Amino acid sequence: MRSKHVMKIMVGFYILLFFGYLFGPIIVMAITAFNPPNYPQAYPIEGFTLDWFVKLWNDRAMMDGLLNSIIIGLCVVAISVPVGLAAAIMMTQIYHRARGLFYLVTISPLLTPGVIIGISTVIFWKDVMSVTDVTKAIFYKGIILAVLGQASFISAYVLLIFMARLTRFDRAQEEAALDLGASHPQVFWHILLPFLKPAIVSAIVIAFLSSFENYNTTTFAILADKTLVTVLAGQARQGTTPALSALAVVIISFSLCGAIIYEVLKRREQRLADAARERAKIAEQAEVGGTPELATSSA
Amino acid sequence: MSSRSLVFIVPLVVIAIFWLMARVERRMAPDASQKGYFERNGKVLGIAFILLVAFWMLFLVVLPYLYMVVESFHPTLTPLKRGGPEDVLTLRQYESFIVPPTGGGLNWTHINAFLFSIFASVVVTAINFVICYPLAYYMAQAGAPQRVRLILLGLVVPYWVNEILRAFSLRLLLATKGLINNVLVGAGIIDTPIDFLGQNVGLYVGLSYAYLLVMIFPLYNAIESLDKNQIEAARDLGAPWWRIHKDVVIPYAKPGIASGCTMVFMFSAGALAAPQFLGGPRTLWFTSVIYNFFFQNFNWARGSAYAFILLAACIALVMVMLRLFKVSLGETIK
Repeated sequence: MRSKHVMKIMVGFYILLFFGYLFGPIIVMAITAFNPPNYPQAYPIEGFTLDWFVKLWNDRAMMDGLLNSIIIGLCVVAISVPVGLAAAIMMTQIYHRARGLFYLVTISPLLTPGVIIGISTVIFWKDVMSVTDVTKAIFYKGIILAVLGQASFISAYVLLIFMARLTRFDRAQEEAALDLGASHPQVFWHILLPFLKPAIVSAIVIAFLSSFENYNTTTFAILADKTLVTVLAGQARQGTTPALSALAVVIISFSLCGAIIYEVLKRREQRLADAARERAKIAEQAEVGGTPELATSSA
Repeated sequence: MSSRSLVFIVPLVVIAIFWLMARVERRMAPDASQKGYFERNGKVLGIAFILLVAFWMLFLVVLPYLYMVVESFHPTLTPLKRGGPEDVLTLRQYESFIVPPTGGGLNWTHINAFLFSIFASVVVTAINFVICYPLAYYMAQAGAPQRVRLILLGLVVPYWVNEILRAFSLRLLLATKGLINNVLVGAGIIDTPIDFLGQNVGLYVGLSYAYLLVMIFPLYNAIESLDKNQIEAARDLGAPWWRIHKDVVIPYAKPGIASGCTMVFMFSAGALAAPQFLGGPRTLWFTSVIYNFFFQNFNWARGSAYAFILLAACIALVMVMLRLFKVSLGETIK
């Protein structure tokens, strides 16, 4: 019994250590965002200031980068989600022997270093877009190349999300709809898409976030334009300023709010589902006329 | 016909292969209940799916990769001379990795950068496995569901901050004027600050930190599906805890371990941010070499060749490791 106790303490200590490693640097960074010295310093604390947030807000390059990041993110979502969905549906229908090869090719952008995706995107599209001077002037832009480069691997993420959901799809639903006279497009729009809705939502969120924070691919593909992350990288390379810490604090605050809302919604959903199940059980017992003692003992 | 435009024939070949496979499959196993593709999706949607997937596969994945490989077999030329008589196929870019074009001995700068990147990535992979395995096991088998959800949330939240800021936060800790040194010097434990970044401690910590989740989730998924009874049985039969892991859990979770390790290794070797911000001044990461070819020397051909060398080496190493540990690629990427 004693060794079990020791084990429990050790596991707790380990988890504490792990999360210390995970959160420590970020907490330290958050402290530097409120500390007055010019060099981001967490110790000693010399006061309290919000100047770094003001400085961040007035940073034009960063705000322009933010706008570009949002535009790129939305375009990537618009490309990746339909592509990933189409690929996932094709994956379920493709001939067995070809499936392995198809899967390997579609998943390869996830394992390819982002640097290489960025380089290949630029080299390829530069030549394609330079077919005429007009097309080059219109299309050969950092934002467009960044969208193309990011979409290549983000589509693969999206594909995985849809595949996970599709494995739980009951084909009988589709058959039933067809037997009742639905056309194929109707089955797609009224049966499959509603079933995939949760996956679509998470695909949109994940596609946008991974586009937003991508660095390796974007830094090559973005050419002369800027995204928030490449601006950040430029500033971090030149030196360290607490304004970067302030940005991190802003991002963490947004993420935490999102996470808390998500958790609350999830718990409420869980509670509603539990309550519904409980009511169903009671209703069932009332119907069968089972003894209440038995119901409570089994619960 | 130039070598570059030859690349565009490849997609036709790929499509032909898929079409042939479909034909063969249908002939080998004629199945009346099996509906045709268009019968199943309708014409409009069927065509839309094919176009979307073809655009992605051909124009965003296969063609750019091939184009980059072809580019790497070309000489470094000014834009005006591209496609001219000097634009011939050559191995010069690959030779320059071994012997510098300026002559004189081996190109140790780049060879060292390459070897160091591979070596450090292997080390980071090992570190992450050791750090993540206990937590993954705890989450998958030992922890209460409520707490596991909390841990999952706690794992994800720090990664909502992007990798540049994460690297930046580690620099605040590890720099000579950083928190750790300030505290150590302030407490009188050391006299002069330790140069963590110069000693590459920052690099290892940064890479390990960046790819913790990439290791922990495959491990967690693999261990979670292990039947608890197997562990109970081993325990009842008197196995000590380390043998339970060595003989029951790890063999079972091998595909997950392989996929976690593969991803951490590939991501580390291809990392750009952590080496740029946390590497020592004398440390050269191979992706930084590639980066410099693109942005400082505008030598795209040589950069492409180096990128291809990196990719080929990583894939080869992963394949060898998978073979050594007897895991099939199919299991790994599931």
